This record gives sequence, C-alpha cells and structure tokens, in this order.
Amino acid sequence: MSALKTLTNGLLKENPTFVLVLGTCPSLAVTTAAINGIGMGAATTFVLLFSNLFIALLKNWIPNKVRIPLFIVIIATFVTIVDLVMQAYTPDLYNALGVFIPLIVVNCIILGRAEAFAQKNSVFYSILDGIGMGIGFTMAITLMASIREIIGNGTIFGIHLLADGAKTVLLFIMPPGAFITYGFLIAIVNRLKKIYNF
Amino acid sequence: MAKKIKSNLLTMSVTLFLFSAVMAAALGYVYSITKEPIDLAKAQKVNNAIAEVVPAFDNKPNEEAIVIEEGKLEMYPAKKGDELVGVAVKTYTNKAFSGEFSIMVGFLPDGTIYNTAVLDQKETPGLGAKMVEPSFKDQFKKMHPEKNKISVKKDGGEVDAITASTITSRAYCDAIMRAYDVFKKQFVK
Repeated sequence: MSALKTLTNGLLKENPTFVLVLGTCPSLAVTTAAINGIGMGAATTFVLLFSNLFIALLKNWIPNKVRIPLFIVIIATFVTIVDLVMQAYTPDLYNALGVFIPLIVVNCIILGRAEAFAQKNSVFYSILDGIGMGIGFTMAITLMASIREIIGNGTIFGIHLLADGAKTVLLFIMPPGAFITYGFLIAIVNRLKKIYNF
Repeated sequence: MAKKIKSNLLTMSVTLFLFSAVMAAALGYVYSITKEPIDLAKAQKVNNAIAEVVPAFDNKPNEEAIVIEEGKLEMYPAKKGDELVGVAVKTYTNKAFSGEFSIMVGFLPDGTIYNTAVLDQKETPGLGAKMVEPSFKDQFKKMHPEKNKISVKKDGGEVDAITASTITSRAYCDAIMRAYDVFKKQFVK
C-alpha cells in the first residue's frame, strides 16, 4: 500500500459518492447550489480527517464490542465543533448549511471509513484516507450541485449565465432533479471506470 | 504494536466513560471560546437588517427592543434625537413552503412600510428563495397595510407574486401583516 494510492483512492477509484454510494442523503439534499457543495464538502472533510486520525490513534483502546458507540462519540464531537465554529466565523455559510451540519454525524462516509479503514490502519494512512475521501466527496457533490444550479437556476456560484427572466428547468432544483442528476452521474462515472480501467 | 484491549464489562464501561468525559470537556471548551463570536454574529445580523429597513437613526434599537414573542416577534424603535423615525419589526410566518421564515419589516411612524429584509429562510432555491431579490421585496416600499391590500393578486391584493411561488409570496404578506398588527397596537393611537 503506497501513500499516494491511499490518498487518491477516494478521488475516483473508490469515490464515496459515485462508487461507494455512501452519504447520499447530504449529496441529494444540499446540492441545490454549487457553493453549498463546497461548504458541505469542506465541513465533511474536516470531520472525516479528525475522526480518522483519532480512531486510528486510539484503535487499541477501543473494545471491539462498543466500537460503534465510541466512533459516534468521536464523530459527533467534531461535528459539533464544526457547527459552533461555522456559526461563529462564517454565519452566512452556516445559514445555508445549518440544517445539514448535524446530519454529518450519521453520514455513512465517516462511519464507513472509521469501520473499514481507520480502525485497521496507521495514523498516517488514516489521515491520507480521510483527506482523499473528503476531497472526493467535495468534488462529487460540487459537480452535482453545479449541474443542478446551471440547469435549474441558470447560475453558477451565484453568477448569472442567462438573460434575466430566461426559463430554466426548475425540476433540477427540486428533489427529483437531484435523483436524476445523481443517476446520470453514477452511470457516467461507472462507464468511464470500465473504459479506462482505473 | 500494543495489543488491542479485550471487550469485557470493565473495559467497555471504562472506555465509554472516559471517551465521553474527554469529548464533553473538549466541547465545553470550544463552546466557551465560540460563544462570544456567535452572539456577536447574531446581533450583527439583526443590526444590519434594522439599518436596512428604517431611515437613518442614532440610537441603538437593538437595546430598546420590545419583545412580544421571544426571538420571533420583536420591535426595535429607531430614533433620531428624541424623535421616532421608524420601527423595525422582526416577524415570522409559518405558512412558508418550507415551514417558517423570518423577516424584518420597517414601518415609518404613520404605518407606511419603509423597507423589508429577509433574515432567515430556507425556501426552494430558484423559486421561493427569490423573495430576497429586490424585484419582489421592493414592491412593498411605500405601501401602507391599511391603505393598500397586502396580499397577492390571485387573492385580490396588490402584490405581484413570485412566478411559481405563490405560497412563499403569500407567506411574505402574512409575515408583514403580523408585524403590522403588533406595530399598530403599540405605536398607532
């Protein structure tokens, strides 16, 4: 196992959103605007990084039978820290993402990486895995959010692409649009994966 | 590498207790250092909204707030010298498309709407969320809740609803009328 491989694993090969299909709840819910994708991705990456770090560090002191509650305690702590810090220093972003932040606790990506990776690997590799998975998740939901924002609202990062009053496909901003976009993206990514065999 | 500890009643209880205690302490610490910036950010938001919806003032309306429903329905009298120049009312509606939103409505002393500002909303982006844009909310300027009928045209009023977001537009009118009711009781003789 090389360091570089661990880091890039989450970007494409095991992209948490498109390949592992974990954490679909936030992926569908927050991707109405590209900026939300980046904000949610950054918050999740932070939590993922620190939960992986601490779980890898403490893995020998975590009795197997109570590992899940202990993982959740660690994850929930970092989520609450993110919540408080965002509320204090980036109130605008917090307004946009506020309701989704507590949901990071139950984001399967984080618990999934703790269970599948951090509790079996060293601190160094767990940090790399956390960063890689976090960036992979951020890229994936930002891409999804950009597509939805462009088609549904005619804007990208709030910049208008169309003339005022131009008709857009509102469906893409609504929940069904999330499922449609998600479905197409999974299909495309898996097709590319087959062709290029990465 | 150290050996992984076994799962028995003692180790499970002790680890659960220790982890929870340490994490709780960490959270308490973060809470104590972020409390002040959080309060400041909240107050800043309210102050900005007040400044937007009433004419220039020189008192501190936030400190003279008249609370009707804690955190939801509050009035902030804006004064220049001793003269009342306007009243900002923080108001809410629960008829919104996504539950609730809260806005700030500014009245001149005679009850005319000076301006409105959105404080907190989670309406559908691209649809109801357009209520933050001037093309919708500027139409309330200079309207008077008793001389003008503040409801959407579909309901026989004078307000142009946002395209495909009649519910949000109705909710906005509802919030304004709630603000006017409390304003009237306090300031109109």
